[in-house]
Amino acid sequence: MNPSGFPEQVRRAWAIAKKDIRIYYFKGPVLIFGVFMPVFLFLAFFMGSRQLPLSFLISGLIGMTLFFTATAVSPAIFPWEGQAKTLERLASCPITIEAIVFGDMIASLLFGIGITIVTVIIGLALGLSLLHGITLLAAIFLAACCFSAIGMLLAVPPTNVPSNIMMLSSLIKFPLVFISGIFIPLEQMPAWGLVLAVCSPLTYFTDLVRYSFTDTHYFPVLIDTIALAVFTLVFTVITMYLHKRTMPLRM
Amino acid sequence: MTDIIHASDLTKVFGKSIAVDHISFDVQNGEIFGFLGPNGAGKTTTTRMLTGVIPLDFGTATILGYDIRSEPVQAKQGFGVVPETSNAYTDLTAWQNLMLMGELYGLPRARAEQRSSDLLEMVGLLERKDQKVQAYSKGMKQRLILTMALIHEPELLFLDEPTSGLDVQSTQMILSLLRDLNKQGTTIFLTTHNMEEANRLCHRVGIIHGGKMVAIDAPEKLKTAIDRVHKIEVSFDRELLGDALAGLGGVTGVNRTGDKWQITAGNRDAAIRSLVTFSQQNGAAIVTLNTLAPSLDEAFLRLTQEAKP
Repeated sequence: MNPSGFPEQVRRAWAIAKKDIRIYYFKGPVLIFGVFMPVFLFLAFFMGSRQLPLSFLISGLIGMTLFFTATAVSPAIFPWEGQAKTLERLASCPITIEAIVFGDMIASLLFGIGITIVTVIIGLALGLSLLHGITLLAAIFLAACCFSAIGMLLAVPPTNVPSNIMMLSSLIKFPLVFISGIFIPLEQMPAWGLVLAVCSPLTYFTDLVRYSFTDTHYFPVLIDTIALAVFTLVFTVITMYLHKRTMPLRM
Repeated sequence: MTDIIHASDLTKVFGKSIAVDHISFDVQNGEIFGFLGPNGAGKTTTTRMLTGVIPLDFGTATILGYDIRSEPVQAKQGFGVVPETSNAYTDLTAWQNLMLMGELYGLPRARAEQRSSDLLEMVGLLERKDQKVQAYSKGMKQRLILTMALIHEPELLFLDEPTSGLDVQSTQMILSLLRDLNKQGTTIFLTTHNMEEANRLCHRVGIIHGGKMVAIDAPEKLKTAIDRVHKIEVSFDRELLGDALAGLGGVTGVNRTGDKWQITAGNRDAAIRSLVTFSQQNGAAIVTLNTLAPSLDEAFLRLTQEAKP
């Protein structure tokens, strides 16, 4: 066994993911927050924008659900563990920082996918027809990877005070929802709005979800997919690089 | 004996303060090395650098033959760490904590389960293995931490104040376990405030003060090294004249204290030999004979005071 080899580090990252799921995700309040938060945001806009079709809003709801759930817990894991000194235990174990970050990403990815599937089922139950199922599944997987990397990127500042990170996280996450074509169709956005929208990975995911349910899209499906893949890669590389630099500052 | 830990010019700077200032030392295979020092001396910082928790600012540290900077995973695979503060996951049970450690050290599941059962039984926690750690007492948490550090049968064990604040039962259990582990070949790096613990347990101790290493030696040698004049306490089964004792080889002074004589000697070995010969020649049996070396506490205080800037 080569402890620093890639397969062994992936196995250890999976151990981190299982630990995260058990400790941080399988909690009643977390699961309830994961479902209710996007539902209430959706209802608020549903009441206020009755002229938009349900299929449009459900696509936005799926986008929001995945985005909020995949980034809900992961930013606070390092601060929590820094406070409880369990991060120091992990740092003294034969696992690389990249593998720890990857493990945290796997946990948030699985949580995001799980809750989003529930939202998809709700959409289907409300009478929406799924036209491109494989595209939707691929989009959910790719976007979950991307959003979990964003979640870990939000955890980079080396503070062990979770509320600091959660505040920063909200400051970044909420504006992103409003510029990503969830509540205002991209077609109706002003030029400056579109410039902002193309900078948000959530835009491409929402576009793919809309395509899966309504067969309409703003960007070509290939562009949406490539954009999500590029965002995922860039965010993952940056996240791992920055955590490697800031991890010692947490100890 | 081979070096299990080789630290050379180890340095750590926090802002403008030098926490660890170019210290060098080796720990040999199979020994229990005590790392002593007052609060803020740099003990924990040194341990954290050696265990790869924080990076070195200068110098090198080789653990089990691996450079902790360039090959941290290989180095960490071979040692276990018991930190000062319990850091088991309190939302997990003892068993889940051990399974997590087993996975992080790459143990096959069956092996991890077998080791966990054996270790939990050894520290008296097997019956409570399915209880969340948050319900454990401090002593129980510390015993669990020790089992977590031992799950992969490490060659080297780092312990930072392992018995601090524990009850007598837990302290004795941990110390006895450390002795047994050492007998089985585990090298132990023990950071402690407890001089008695270090004195009884360690083959060698290193004393750090103000970030600098002020002494490294066996506890007995450290104790004797701080006093050039040695004291011996002796009593005989009959009265003897003090002047006769004062004239013996190696003896520089004699004092009567109760029914005993306190002998001051420049050369302890020569003085004891003279006393034995004297007792034989005068037909006086020696009832008690004690060498009065300074305690490790005294040696520690003397060495750390001498090192004050």
